[in-house]
Amino acid sequence: MDLKPLDRPLLSARALRVREHILNMSTDGGCFTGASLSCTDLLVFLYEHVLNIRPDTVSDVNRDYLLLSKGHDVPALYGLFAEIGMIDPQRLRNHLRSTDSIYWHPNRSVPGVEFHSGSLGHLLAVGIGIALDIKLRGGTNRVFVVLGDGELNEGSVWEACWTAVAKKLDNLIVMIDRNHFQANARTEELIPLDPIDAKFKAFGWNAFNVDGHDMDALHAVFSTALTGATRPTVVIASTLRGSGVPSIQERADRWFCNFTHEEVASLINELHGAEQTTLTSETMVVR
Amino acid sequence: MTYEEQLAAIAMRDERLIVMTAENHAAIRNLPTILGDRFIDVGIAEQTMIGAAAGLALRGRVVIVHALAAFLTMRAFEFIRTDVGIADLPVIMVGGVPGILSDGNGPTHQAIEDVSIMRGIPNVQVFCPADATDLEIGLPHIIASGHPCYIRFTSDVATVAHNSKFHIGRSEVVCGPAQGLRDVTILTYGTMMRYAVEAASMLEAEGICVQVTNMRTLKPVDVQRIVDAAQSSDLVVTIEDHFRTGGLYSIVAETLLDHTITAHVLPIGFGDQWFRPARLSEVLVHHELTGLALARRIISALDEYPMLPQHELSIATHGSTQH
Repeated sequence: MDLKPLDRPLLSARALRVREHILNMSTDGGCFTGASLSCTDLLVFLYEHVLNIRPDTVSDVNRDYLLLSKGHDVPALYGLFAEIGMIDPQRLRNHLRSTDSIYWHPNRSVPGVEFHSGSLGHLLAVGIGIALDIKLRGGTNRVFVVLGDGELNEGSVWEACWTAVAKKLDNLIVMIDRNHFQANARTEELIPLDPIDAKFKAFGWNAFNVDGHDMDALHAVFSTALTGATRPTVVIASTLRGSGVPSIQERADRWFCNFTHEEVASLINELHGAEQTTLTSETMVVR
Repeated sequence: MTYEEQLAAIAMRDERLIVMTAENHAAIRNLPTILGDRFIDVGIAEQTMIGAAAGLALRGRVVIVHALAAFLTMRAFEFIRTDVGIADLPVIMVGGVPGILSDGNGPTHQAIEDVSIMRGIPNVQVFCPADATDLEIGLPHIIASGHPCYIRFTSDVATVAHNSKFHIGRSEVVCGPAQGLRDVTILTYGTMMRYAVEAASMLEAEGICVQVTNMRTLKPVDVQRIVDAAQSSDLVVTIEDHFRTGGLYSIVAETLLDHTITAHVLPIGFGDQWFRPARLSEVLVHHELTGLALARRIISALDEYPMLPQHELSIATHGSTQH
């Protein structure tokens, strides 16, 4: 597909702001910080360059759909929504308050969220239903489903995989946030996933690998990946859990984080290049 | 009109309708040709079917999905709860060979907890037609409701004349007095209704006044009819091809407690065990679910309560009434 040229300063500034939002939600109850940081660049890129989703098109029948299947990375989506005018940035302050609906997993009361998730392995099937309806109506819009790599453990993902091929859903694109971690462990140490591309290819998908933090690489892949596709496509985006914040990056014990306010302030400084934070808050094992 | 003829007719006038199946074509074998792209077979993949049905419903479709009741309600349970239930989407889930209709398949195929688990999901309605005619009468109302619904499918030919007026949450009296005092009220649903009616006619012949109520929808349930059954009859009998836990007997118990009413209730259903796999006629005999066996069990129950009118009846002398 034809993509507009990269505006690197805009994308990097936006990604930085989204990461700040994620860190600001990582206190007073916390959130899944590591998984949110890993897919930040991917979401920033998709909403700026690929998806036709804007505040004025969120209910348009011809809009693209983005489904966040792993779900616990929703702080990245909400942070992005605040930056692109989908929601009032003030709403992020309501994280985990009973007076709003900003909690650990996505829900449809937030504009731009297409469907709730949190139970892994669901939204590829839901995306298939949406893609089928778009086909039935002769639409050209597309369905993007973001899966976690750990989520690939779920059998329902693979059940849906070959249904998508059987129904020739060339309008369905899976993005895998390949951060190499699941809740408590490195994926390759628990349930080895590699090679992921070969598995999808064996099912009949187009498969692409890309650096999920490299905007130029993402731009190159999406410029070619969706052109002339006759089958569903998977883009495996290699990422770092906790990306952008070295003191929690690639740490198995920093998946769900509930930092002190001081730690959050220090981690935000770290985002902007300051030295690493000494973390004293308790590590969380929530799964 | 058969079930698939009715679906085809509704689909012709309502372009929202999509029919899906997890490779279960028994009741809808002619629909692929008639519906074309609006018939979607996902293969043996109940979870994918439910998730995809939710996706189609998000786009404005009304989706009727088909699979064997046991696999639909249990293999895909969490997808029903999470994708259809939480979102309150118009997905109608039609379960094949529920209850004793799985006859010789064995416990793997026995959906005798389906009502229990489906009614536990917020927003999901439960419709248990007694036969094909009852289903035909109710289906348009279920589709029009705009909410999810589980249907315990049957293609049995009707043995009673059904009330053509159907309201979700309202039962129908299929034999005996519609109101006023009577000896026994039988509350039942689905396949067992015909055997309950047979039992009632035997009891009537013995001078026992019996009303048989076909519950139709178990969620929402006809609360008023249950209260009336308790207040207007000496004995309430629940008859179902379902575990006693979570089904109609549980619903009656919950309803009466809610209204601070006590009643003599004979629960006929399966205890904490699977039923003996066999031809349907053999299952009925083995588990004392034929009309005659039900009549005997009811007479035996009447005799257990000294405060109720005693019945010295010929029917009770034929064989054992123990169960």
